[in-house]
Amino acid sequence: MSTKVVKSIREAIGLSGLKDGMTVSFHHHLRNGDHVLNIVMAEIAGLGIRDLTVNASSLFDIHQPLADHIRNGVVTAIQTDYMAAGLGKAISRGLMEKPVQFRTHGGRPSDIASGNTPIDVAFIAAPSADPMGNCSGKYGKSACGSLGYAIPDAMYARHVVVITDNLVPYPLLDWSIPEIYVDAVVSVDAIGDPAGIVSGTTRITRDPVGLVMASYAARVIEHSGLLADGFSFQTGAGGASLAAAGFLKDIMLAKGVQGSFGLGGITGYMVDMLQAGCFQSLLDVQCFDLKAVESIRSDPRHQEISALHYASPTQRSAVVDSLDVVILGATEIDTDFNVNVHTDSNGYIMGGSGGHSDTAAGAKLAMIIAPMFRARLPIVTDRVTCISTPGRDIDVLVTQGGIAVNPKNGELCRRLRDAGLPVIDIHDLKAKAESMTGTPRRLTKGDRPVAQVIGRDGGLLDTIYNVPEA
Amino acid sequence: MAEIVRVASAGTLESSDAYVEIEPADEGIEIQLESVVKAQFGEAIEQAVRETLASCGVERARLTISDRGALECVLRARVETAVLRGRGES
Amino acid sequence: MRRSMLFLPGNTPNMLINGGFLGADAVILDLEDAVAPSEKDAARVLVRNTIRYMDFRGCQIIVRINAIDSSFWQRDLDEVLPQKPDLILLPKSGSAQDILAADEYITALEEKLGFERNTVGLMPLIETALGVENAFAIASASSRVEALFLGAEDLTADLRCQRTKAGREIEYARTRLVTAARAAGVDVYDTPFTDVNDDEGIQVDAALAKALGFTGKASISPRHVEVINRVFSPTRKEIDYAYEVMDAIRLAKEQGRGAIALRGKMIDAPIVARAEQTIAAAREMGLGREERS
Repeated sequence: MSTKVVKSIREAIGLSGLKDGMTVSFHHHLRNGDHVLNIVMAEIAGLGIRDLTVNASSLFDIHQPLADHIRNGVVTAIQTDYMAAGLGKAISRGLMEKPVQFRTHGGRPSDIASGNTPIDVAFIAAPSADPMGNCSGKYGKSACGSLGYAIPDAMYARHVVVITDNLVPYPLLDWSIPEIYVDAVVSVDAIGDPAGIVSGTTRITRDPVGLVMASYAARVIEHSGLLADGFSFQTGAGGASLAAAGFLKDIMLAKGVQGSFGLGGITGYMVDMLQAGCFQSLLDVQCFDLKAVESIRSDPRHQEISALHYASPTQRSAVVDSLDVVILGATEIDTDFNVNVHTDSNGYIMGGSGGHSDTAAGAKLAMIIAPMFRARLPIVTDRVTCISTPGRDIDVLVTQGGIAVNPKNGELCRRLRDAGLPVIDIHDLKAKAESMTGTPRRLTKGDRPVAQVIGRDGGLLDTIYNVPEA
Repeated sequence: MAEIVRVASAGTLESSDAYVEIEPADEGIEIQLESVVKAQFGEAIEQAVRETLASCGVERARLTISDRGALECVLRARVETAVLRGRGES
Repeated sequence: MRRSMLFLPGNTPNMLINGGFLGADAVILDLEDAVAPSEKDAARVLVRNTIRYMDFRGCQIIVRINAIDSSFWQRDLDEVLPQKPDLILLPKSGSAQDILAADEYITALEEKLGFERNTVGLMPLIETALGVENAFAIASASSRVEALFLGAEDLTADLRCQRTKAGREIEYARTRLVTAARAAGVDVYDTPFTDVNDDEGIQVDAALAKALGFTGKASISPRHVEVINRVFSPTRKEIDYAYEVMDAIRLAKEQGRGAIALRGKMIDAPIVARAEQTIAAAREMGLGREERS
C-alpha cells in the first residue's frame, strides 16, 4: 500500500525543500481554534529557517505567537485577508519592517492562481485525510465543514503538506481536496481546539438596537425589487445580520418567495432558510457553526465551493457575480459610502476585507448594517480611517436612526421612500449621530505604512499607517 | 461649597456607561481618566466632568473615571451621583 | 398617539440613549422594578439627564416612579418633573386617595416650577386587587389622570393565581379596567406580554387587548413594539371605510337628507364616532387621505 504519510511536521518541512526567503501558506477554517499555523511555524523556527512570507487566508488571536517569529526574523512578510485585533495592534504599533499585504477572499486566490503571490509550501489543516492526501473538513473531531479557502493553496502551491488528526483508510470519499495536489501527509494529535473552531450556535442578537436595524434591513430587501423567485443572498455572522436573515426568512415564507441560493460563510440560520424552502441550495466557502457543518455533511443541496469559485475577480466567473443581496458590517463608513473593516477608530488593525469587497462588488444590492454610533463614536465619518471597500460598491447603509442610500442608486431610494422606510441623507445621519455623541477629534496617523490594502482588482486601495504611542 | 467627605462611586463598566470614583482631596480637582474614546473625546470628557463638579459646588476632590464610551449626559449623571454619594447625601 | 409603550430600565444607559430609535410611540423610563434600591439615586439622575439631553424623536416620555408606599417617589418626582415628561406612571395605585396624594405633590411642584397645572399627566398602574375594584374611582379621581394601565404580573401575585399566556386569570381585570377608563373618559393600556421570544403569542395577546377596547399595549421588548403598533393601527380597509362614512354624511347634509345608508347599512351615531376615531388615528400616523395625497 503506498502512502505519503511522513513521521512528523519537521520531516515534512525538510522534504518540502523550504528555504530562507520562501512563502508558506495556511487557511483559516479552524478559526480561533487553529493549532496548525503555530505548530508549523514553531518547527520552522526550530529548523533555523528565516525571512519567510506567511500567506494566510486569515489570522486570529490564537496566532499571536507569529509576533515572536516576526521579532526573531523568521517571518518578514505577511499576506492575509483578515487580521484579528491582537496581532493587529502589534502590527499597527510598527512590529514589522515590511507592510502587511491585505487582500480580499477573492483577490487572494486570484493572485495565487496567477502567480502574483506564489506559494512554496502550503500547510493544510485537514479534519480528515487518507494516507494519499485526499482530505475533507466535514468529518472528524475537528470538523469545520467547508475547506473552501484551502483549495486554491492546494492547487497552486509548489509543495503541499496535509496535516490531520483523523487519518482514515484510503480512499476518503467526499473529499474537499483530492490527492492529486498533495505531496505529504502528517498525522498529529490535534489540529485544533473544537471549541474555537466552530461555535456551538451563532446567536441572533437580543440587543434592541440590533433588532431594529435588522427589521429595517429585512424591509429594505423586501422593497428593493430584488426579492422574487430566484433570489440569492449572503449575510455575515454578526448578531444584527443574523437577525435580519431571520426577519427576511419570515418575509420570504409569508410571500412564498422561492429563492435560488444562499452564499458565503454559512451559519445555522442559512441552513434553516434552506430547510424552510427559502433557497434551493447553499454555496459554502466556510462553515460558522455546528449546524452548518452537519448540513454540509448530510444535505446534498449544501455545496462546498472554493475561494476561487466564491469570489475570484479573474476566473471566468465567480458566484459573487450572480449574487442579489449581501448584508455586510462596518467599523466606519464615510459620506462617500467608503467602508472601513480593517481598523478600529483609533487606527489599530482589527479585521480585514474577507469577502466584504468581493460580495459588495458582485451583489446587486450591497447593504451595510451598523449602529449610528458605537461607544460614543459615530459610524459615519467624513473620511474613513481606511478604505476597505470603495463607496461605489455600497448601495445602502442601515442604522437604527435611518437608512442612507448611495445617491448613485436613485431607484432604490425611491422604492424605500415609497415603502415608508425612514430614508435619510448620509450627511444628515452623520449630523444626527454627532448631535448625540459630540464631534470626535480627528486622529493624526503615524508616518510609517504598516499595511497595504489591495483591492480585488489588484490595485492599491489604501495604506494603513502606524499608530503612534499615546 | 460642597465637601466630599467619603469615598464613593457611581456607574458601571458596561458599554455606553462610565464608572466614577470620587474621594476627598485637600486641594483642587484631580481627574484620572481612562477611556475607550480618550483620543477623540478626552478633553471634552474632562471639561464635562469639571463643569458638573462646579455646578454641584465641588471644589476639592479626586476622581478616577473609567469611561466605556458614555454619552455626555450619562457621564454627567454618573459624576453627579458620585458627588451626591461622596457628600453622604444619598 | 400611543399604541405601544416600551419599558426601558432606568439605570441602563445603553437602553436609555437609544430609546427614541426603538419604534415605540412612548417609552417608559423605569425607576421602579428595573432599578435596585441601592441604585435609585443614580437612576433618578440618569433618567433626568436622558430626558433633558436626548432627542426622543417625537416618542412620548413616561416615567415610572416608585410607589407612594416607598421612600423614593417624592424625590423621583423632584428630579424628573422639571423635565416635563408627558406622563408619570404611578405603580400600585389602589385607591382615589393614592391619586390625590400624587396629584397634590405634582401640583405643588408644577406651581413651584411655574408650569401650567396638568402639564404632566398621571397614569395609575393598576396591579392590585384593590386597584381593580377601585378602577373607576382612580380614573376619575383627578383631571390629571389621562389613562389607566394594567399590570398583570403583580396583580396575579395579589390574586394568588398563576400568570398564563392565555390570560384567563386577568379577563375580569381587563374588562373592568377598560370599562372604568371609558366611563371616566380616559385611555387604557394593557399589560406587557412577557415571553420575548414568542412571536405568535404577542400577536394573539395584542389582538385580544385591542378587541377588548384597550387603547394600546405596553411591552418589555422592542421585538414586540412592531406587532403592537400594527395591531393597534387602523387597517387601510378600516380607514377607507371611515372616509366613506364621512363622505356619505357630508353628501346627505348637502342634500338635506336625514337618514343615511352606506352599503345598505344605516349610519348611526356610533358608526360616525368610530369613523372619526379611525380617521384621527390614521392622520396621526400619516395614513389619512390628506397625508396620502
